[in-house]
Amino acid sequence: MAGNTEPLSPRAKLAVTAGKAAAAVSRAAGRGSGSVIGGKVALKLDPDLLGRLAQNLDVVLVSATNGKTTTTRLIAEALRASGPVVSNALGANMPAGITSALAGGTDAKYGVIEVDEKYLAMVARDTTPKVIALLNLSRDQLDRAAETRMLAERWREGLAGSKAVIVANADDPLIVWAASSSANVVWVAAGQEWKDDAWSCPSCGGVLQRPGDDWGCGECGFRRPSPSWALSGDHVIDPHGSAWPIRLQLPGRANKANATSSAAVAAVFGVPPQVALERMYQVQAVAGRYDVVHFQNRELRLLLAKNPAGWLETFSLIDPPPTPVILSVNARGADGTDTSWLWDVDYTRLSGHPIFVIGDRKLDLAVRLEVAGLGFRVCESVDEAVQLAPPGRIEAIANYTAFQDLRRRVGN
Amino acid sequence: MSDNSLRVVWVYPDLLSTYGDQGNVLVVERRARQRGLNVARVDVRSDQQIPTSGDIYLIGGGEDRPQRLAAERLRRDGGLHRAVANGAIVFSVCAGYQILGHEFINDLGEREQGLGLLDVISTRGEGARCVGDVLADIDDRLGLPQLTGFENHQGITHVGPNARPFARVRLGNGNGTGDGTEGAYNETVFGTYMHGPVLARNPQIADLLLKLALDVNALPPTDDRWFEELRNERIAAATQSA
Ligand SMILES: [Zn+2]
Repeated sequence: MAGNTEPLSPRAKLAVTAGKAAAAVSRAAGRGSGSVIGGKVALKLDPDLLGRLAQNLDVVLVSATNGKTTTTRLIAEALRASGPVVSNALGANMPAGITSALAGGTDAKYGVIEVDEKYLAMVARDTTPKVIALLNLSRDQLDRAAETRMLAERWREGLAGSKAVIVANADDPLIVWAASSSANVVWVAAGQEWKDDAWSCPSCGGVLQRPGDDWGCGECGFRRPSPSWALSGDHVIDPHGSAWPIRLQLPGRANKANATSSAAVAAVFGVPPQVALERMYQVQAVAGRYDVVHFQNRELRLLLAKNPAGWLETFSLIDPPPTPVILSVNARGADGTDTSWLWDVDYTRLSGHPIFVIGDRKLDLAVRLEVAGLGFRVCESVDEAVQLAPPGRIEAIANYTAFQDLRRRVGN
Repeated sequence: MSDNSLRVVWVYPDLLSTYGDQGNVLVVERRARQRGLNVARVDVRSDQQIPTSGDIYLIGGGEDRPQRLAAERLRRDGGLHRAVANGAIVFSVCAGYQILGHEFINDLGEREQGLGLLDVISTRGEGARCVGDVLADIDDRLGLPQLTGFENHQGITHVGPNARPFARVRLGNGNGTGDGTEGAYNETVFGTYMHGPVLARNPQIADLLLKLALDVNALPPTDDRWFEELRNERIAAATQSA
C-alpha cells in the first residue's frame, strides 16, 4: 500500500494539465467549481486517465441511494489517520467528476471516492479498488427509469470478479443480493428503516419474511448473513465484540450507521475503530447538509432528503414538536419530474409540528398533507415561512434542487 | 357494502406500489371518512389471500418482474374474480391496469395471461417511453371534470368492444395506441395509465368509486381548496408545456 511513486505518463500528465486549465476557465466563467468540466476534458484526452490516476492509490469506492456523500467524508477523515487522502468531497460522483478529484491529489495515499449507483461497476473496473462500501438501495426520484432491483442485479454482475473487500449492509436485502456474488464480504448490521423496496426476494421473487431485524425468503433460502460489525444504539460493535462509542456532530440514526460502515472500511486498512471514530467527530456538515445557519435572526437547520427513505431518516432526527418545520419540494430535471413519491412518505410523522410548505411543487405537498390530516401553511418563499414560524430553531427539509435554492437564499 | 364500514382493499403493495400508489388508497380512505363512513383498509400482500368481500379494490403500478409475479399469484388466487362477481369496484393503474386485461407482455418478453376482468389487451411499444403530464377529457357518461395525471410507461393498451375508453387525451399519450384513448372501464372495473397519484389529482374519480360502491348518486361536499389549486396548476403546466 504505497503512495504515488510511479510518475504519470506524458499523455496522462497533459490530460491532467488540460483538465485543470478547463476547470479554471469554467470557474472564471462563473460555472461553479469547474470540477466536472475539467474532468470531462481530461477524460477526452486520455480515456484511461481514471485508471492511471487510481493505480498508485489505495482506492475506496462508496455507493448507495442515501448517505454516500456523508460516508465518503467520514471514511476520508478516518483514513487521514494513516496517510493523505484525495476525495470527491463535493459529491461530483460520475466518472468525469471523479477523474477531476483524483487529478487534484497527486501526493495522496488513499483515494476515497463516492460513486453514482449507475457507474459503480464501471468505476470499480477502472480503479481496482481495495474496498467497496455498499450502504443501501431504495427507490430514488433521480433514477426513475432504473428499477432498484435491476440496479442491485447490475452491481452483482459487475462486482462478481472484483478482488476488493466489499463492506456491505446485511440489513438491506438488495445490498446483500448485490454483494453476495463477491468472494470477500464484510457484513455490517447498519440497519434499514425503509423497507418498502425489499418485500420481494431479489433472488426468486418470493415474499420476504421480516421478523424483527432479521429477514429471509421462505421459498429459496436467501437470508440475512450474520454480520461481523454492527451498529447498536450509540455504539459500534467490532468483530471481536468490543463496543466503541460513536460521537458525531452529524445528527441521526442514519449517520451512526454511516459511521459504523466507515469504521469497518477503516479497519481494512489497519485503522482501529476508536481512532477512526474519534476522527469522524470532526465532520460538521457535508456539502451544506445538516448546516445550522442564521437567517432573519432565526436559526435554521438545513436537511436534504431526496427520496422516501431519505425523508423517513430525516423525520427521525429532527427536534420534537413544537419545533417548526419548513418543507420544500421541486420537480425539476435533477429531482425527477413526477411527484408521486410524496405519497410514499409517511408525513403523519410530522404530527404536532407547525408545518410551512414552499417550493415549486408546494401544492402537491399541500394536498399530500391535507390527506394525511395535518395542519400546514403554504408560503410563497422561505422568507415568509420563517416570518410565520413560531419561536425556536427551524428544521428545513428539502429535496435536491429545492435544497440548492434554500442554501442560495439563506446565504450558505 | 357489508355492515357499516366500507372495506377498501389494497392489492399486493409488496409488488405493485412503485409510483406512490398508496396515494390512491389514502385519498379514497380520507374522502370516505370525511363523509362519515367507517373505513376498514386491508393491505393484502402477495402471499396472502385476496378477500372476496371488499367494496373497493385498488391495484397500483409496478416494474416488469413484479408485474408478472402479481399476475401469476392473482390468477392462482381467484379472489378478485369472486369479488367482481360480488359487485366490487376495482380501480387499477399502469401495470395493474394491464394485469386486469386479457394479456400483456411480461419481463421475459412473453405474452402473459391477465385476469380478463377488463376487455383490453396490452403490448409493448417500440418507440420512446411515454413520460410526462397528461391532460384528457373523461368519457361524457361519467360526468367528471378534466383528467390530469402523469404517465410513465412503455405499454400500449387496446380497448375491446366490452369496455369503453376512460378518457380522450388532449396532451400526452394515454393508451399509446395513437387513437387518443386513455384507460378503460366497464360497469365496475377501471384502468388507467395515470400516476400522480391520479386520485390525488382527480378527487372526483375517488368520489365516483365511492358512489358506485355505496350505490348512491351524490355525496356530501368536502372542502377541496388544495385539490382544486393543484389541479389548476397542473392543467396550466401541461397546457403551457405543450
Ligand atoms: Zn427467495
